[in-house]
Parts: sequence; structure tokens; C-alpha cells
Amino acid sequence: MTGQEKKGRWVTAAMLTPSAIWFLLLLVLPLIVVAVFSFGERAPHGGYSPAFTFEQYANLPSRLKAFQNTLIIAPLGTFLCLLVAYPLAYFLAVKVHEKWRLLLLVLVIVPFWTSLLIRTYAWIFILGGKGLPALFEMIGIDDLRLINTPGAVVIGIVYGYLPLMVFPVFVSLEKLDKKLLEASNDLGGSPFRTFLQITLPLSIPGMATGCMLVFILLMGEFLIPAFLGGGKVFFVGNALVDLFLQSRNWAFGSAVATSLVIIMLVVVTVYMRLMMRASAHRDDVSIL
Amino acid sequence: MSKDYKDNLPITRTKFMEEFRRYQKGSVSRRHFLGVTGLGTAMAVLGGAVPGLSSRPAQAFGDLGDRMVFSTWPNYHNPVNMEEFTEATGVNIQVNAFGSNEEMLAKLQAGGAGWDVFVPTNYTISTYVELGLIQELDLSRLPNYDPGAQNPVFAGPATVNGKVYAVPKNWGTTGIVVNTNEVSPAPTSWKEFFDITMGAGSGHTIVHDYQLTTIGAALCAHGFSFNSVDPGELAKAEKLLIDSKPHLFAITSDYQPGMRSGDAWMSICWTGDGKQLNTDLPEMQYVVASDGGELWSDFYAIPTDAPHVDAAYAFINYMQDPFIQVRDFSVHGYPTSDARVDAMLPESIINDPILYPAKELMDGLEFGAAATLTDPGRAEVIARFKAA
Repeated sequence: MTGQEKKGRWVTAAMLTPSAIWFLLLLVLPLIVVAVFSFGERAPHGGYSPAFTFEQYANLPSRLKAFQNTLIIAPLGTFLCLLVAYPLAYFLAVKVHEKWRLLLLVLVIVPFWTSLLIRTYAWIFILGGKGLPALFEMIGIDDLRLINTPGAVVIGIVYGYLPLMVFPVFVSLEKLDKKLLEASNDLGGSPFRTFLQITLPLSIPGMATGCMLVFILLMGEFLIPAFLGGGKVFFVGNALVDLFLQSRNWAFGSAVATSLVIIMLVVVTVYMRLMMRASAHRDDVSIL
Repeated sequence: MSKDYKDNLPITRTKFMEEFRRYQKGSVSRRHFLGVTGLGTAMAVLGGAVPGLSSRPAQAFGDLGDRMVFSTWPNYHNPVNMEEFTEATGVNIQVNAFGSNEEMLAKLQAGGAGWDVFVPTNYTISTYVELGLIQELDLSRLPNYDPGAQNPVFAGPATVNGKVYAVPKNWGTTGIVVNTNEVSPAPTSWKEFFDITMGAGSGHTIVHDYQLTTIGAALCAHGFSFNSVDPGELAKAEKLLIDSKPHLFAITSDYQPGMRSGDAWMSICWTGDGKQLNTDLPEMQYVVASDGGELWSDFYAIPTDAPHVDAAYAFINYMQDPFIQVRDFSVHGYPTSDARVDAMLPESIINDPILYPAKELMDGLEFGAAATLTDPGRAEVIARFKAA
């Protein structure tokens, strides 16, 4: 090994140290603590007392509904986010004149200047009896219940997470080589066919990133279901808040948290595999 | 290092005069406040009964630092009082609002909360003492607190093993608020509350996101004690709650928006919220249930690891001033246990049936019990009910 190489390694190590310490202290260590706690017991006055028992994991079925709600509404919310975000991102990346693009992109971010908490609270009034249902009543649709339903939670999710989906899709669409579209046109492809065979496949990486971002955050969501679900649409995140802040059952809370982490790891791994296979498949097609 | 504020009397006399002038200016915003709060009319009567500033004990403040952290409940303070304290002492108050005693306990138990003053409810104090989480109070540092003026029924829980750990803030009851335009006649008991919920009023009831009151209501509906930790009785309460869940509008302690929008017709309710709703919307009636319920009192206390103890004492002392308490009352509408405050309130308020329910209804109410706070069975019942 030459001196040059040795020096290079030192520099690399020095530059990686801060992030390594960061991950160790704030990710790995807490995860170990949570895993250890999940085999313990609730102390008499709440909190954690050391033990080695599988009791907490045996109690997991009592939170089955929370896992079900999360595993249904999180993917559904992600999918709807994508449906709403794609046309917007397409418009911003392809259709809009360049001089407006920056302004419109900033407008997508503007909602982030207000806390999600406050924006979600505002939806309570929009979806409440004196909000949208009152408007619907004017056109003859009576007794519409929006607030405190799974539908309200989904609306809140799509609203809150939309920018996170718009940006990755926008980036992949913006990088799209316009020459490919022209080529497709020259070869007689209809605009619809061009979109299906060129634009859509080439924006898969952006969609995949956006879905991943939204889905992972949604799995841990608790604020939107708490506000717009009125405590009736319950996510695993809400169960965790209850277990740590109300019941002070750290052991069971840790077991629920560990299970959630494991479920996420499995889902995300499967998802990545599928995505990699899809993109490998696409390469084959392009070679042919 | 604790410092008696009398040490600095010559300096603070000028400070006091400054405070006096600000006070006069502040009285404008007080009227403004009474105008915008629902109690405006009542307080207009009250205005004449409020004694002049001269009766306020001269307060002298030493060097208290520039900030303190105060953990309390939502809609529970007059912002004018807070601002005035900051102006007089230079201590900025960072306020945290909480939703349940369990949550407060969880934060203090986890350690490093950094609170200087907080507002625990009667039934939690003995647990805080047992866990070593709050300090015994040095009453000589609270000259505005008059033990002789307190109603012992409400002030009593502050004393544990002969030592005083807290001073009273306000008290109230936990009952039912009903929109009588939608539900008539109004329920008179928790049993009727749940019957209506699962019958004619389906889809329009709110119960609290709080084990004490929600499980307590279900227990009372079965004729059991509000505080029961008996597994058999809790199982029946849990069944009633889970059966009623599809008929609920929401499980939340923030029930005013739902009641005001007309979506919810009934809710478990605390005195002050009942008063606020009734003042704005007369069809909202507050009912103390005939089959029981909760009587509670809140306190000011100082955590063991409070970083700004001097500021904490100055703040609690300030808040014990009867005049300041009346100003707080004008905003939140909860009675105090302090006879000096009652003496300042007009007859119309003292006779208000929402604030001071009839004796026979009061007799059926129970204070929360220490066991209720920490019982794992109750904690799990509410968690299962919400996750169901």
C-alpha cells in the first residue's frame, strides 16, 4: 500500500466518523434499548422493570386492529398520494413554461412553512359538521359524516404528504430526455403510447423513491389519525403514544415498536427487491 | 442558592411602583378580556366587587433568573396574569399544556423534564411524593397563600404524611354536557348517557381520551365506584365502552370543537368547559350525573429537580393572590377553594348551578383515588378500548 493510499483511508475514516457516531448513538443504541425493554415488564408505577419474558409479545394480538389499520391505510394513502402527485409533477416538469416553474415549485413547498399540526387541526373544521357537510347539504346530500372516519384520515394523509411525493417524481420527469419523446413521435407513437412506454417507465425511480418516503413515514404516523380519526381510527403510532404516555407500559410499548420495525423491514425489503427486478427487466427490454 | 426576596426590598419598591403603573395599563386589557370571554356580563357585575390594588400585598422580587417552565392544562389561565408576572419579574414563562395526569407523570418519571411548576390533580399527589418527584413546599415563601381560607375538602390532598407538597389552584366536577336541541330530555345519569349513545343519539357522543373519566363514567353507569380497580367490575365497564364504541363520535379530551360544530350532542365534560359552552350556546347544558362521577381539585407543585426554584416560588405566590385568581377565573370559569376569592365574586356566580352543583348531587361524587392513577388494569382497559 502506498503512502498516498494510506492517507486517503485516514481521510475517509475521519470524514465518516461523525455520521458513524451519530448513527451509533441515535439509531443503533436506542434500537438495542427498545429490543431489550421489549422482554421486560411494566414497573408497578409504570415504566420498565428488568425481566426476561415473552409476555409482551404474547399480548400483541390485543393491538391487532391498530396493525390492521396501519397496514391498510398506509399503503392506500401512499397510492392515492401517487395518483394525485403524478399529474401535478408531470405538469410542473413537462408542461409548464420554464419561467413559472420555480415559482410553482415554491408554492408546493409553502404549506411546509406552517406546522403540520396546525394544518391538520384546520381540517377538523373543514370536515366537521359546519364545514363541507354543510355545503353538501345545500345540494341535497344529507347526513354526510366526514370527520372521524377512515376517509377523513386518508384525506389528511394525502394533503399532508403530497409534497413528499411530488418532488421525487418531478425530479425524475425533469431529467427525462426529451429526444426520446421526439423519437417515439417520429416513429408514429401516439402521445398516449409515448407516455405509457417512455415517460412512465422512466419515472419509476422517482415514483419508487416517493412511495418509499411516504410509506415509511406513514407507518409511524399518529397525528393525523388522532386529529381526523377522533381516536376511532387507530394506528400503531397511536398505540405507541398511549403505551408510553398514558399507560406508561414501556415493556409492551417496546414490543409493539420492535414488531413495527420488523414489519417495516420486511415490507421495505420485499418492495426494494420488486423494484430492482422491475428495473432489471426494463434494461433487458431496452437492450432488445 | 435560595434568596429571600425581602433582602432586596429597597430596589424592588421602585420595581413595585413600575408594576403598579403597568397594572393600571393592564386593566384595559382585562376589560377587553372579559368582553371576549363568555363570562363578560357576569364579570361586569364583578368589576365593582374587585378591591383596589392597595389591598395587594407588596411583592418584592429578587433575582429570579429570566425563565421558568410551567406545565399545566389547556384553557386554564388568563394570559394577562402570565404577561404581568413576566413584566414584574423578568421571568419568561414557557407553558406546556397536557392532556392527562398520566402524561405528566410519564414525563416526570422519564426524568429531565426541566419543569419548575406544574399542575397535578388531587389523586396524583401521594404517588408523586412516593416516587420522590415533588418537593415539600416552604410555606413561608408563599405569603399570599392563606391556609385558613381554604376549603379543606379541596385543599386536603396536598398534605401527605403531615407535609404540604402543593397549594390549591381550582376545583370542579366531571359531568355531562348535552346539546338540548338534539337530546331532550337531557340524561340525568351515566346510565342514560350510554343508553342514549347506543340508541337515539348514536354517532354523536364524545368520551374523553383519559382513563380516569371515561372508565369512571362506564363504572358509574353500572352502579360501581368511579375509582374501581376490581377486575370483574373493570371488565363490565370495558364491555360497555367497547359496545358503545361504534356509536361514538370521537374519543378525545378536546371536545369543545365537536360540540360547537353540532357534530357531537353529548360529551363527558369538566365544569369550566361546561360553563364556557353554556355561556356561548344556551342550549348546551351541564349535568352532574345522579349515579356518581368525579370531584377534583388541581394544585400548584414544584418538581424535585426544578431548575428555577426561586422563580417557581415567586410564580406560585403570585398566582395565590386572590385578585390574580379572580382574573384567572374570569377566563376559565373554574371555582377556587379560597374563601378570599369567593368573597370577591358576585352572588350570581356563587349561585351558578354549573360551577357549584346542588349538595345532593355533590354528595354522590368521588375524588379520584391514588390507586386509579397507577393501576395497570385501568391503563390496559382504556388502551384496549381505543385500539379495539
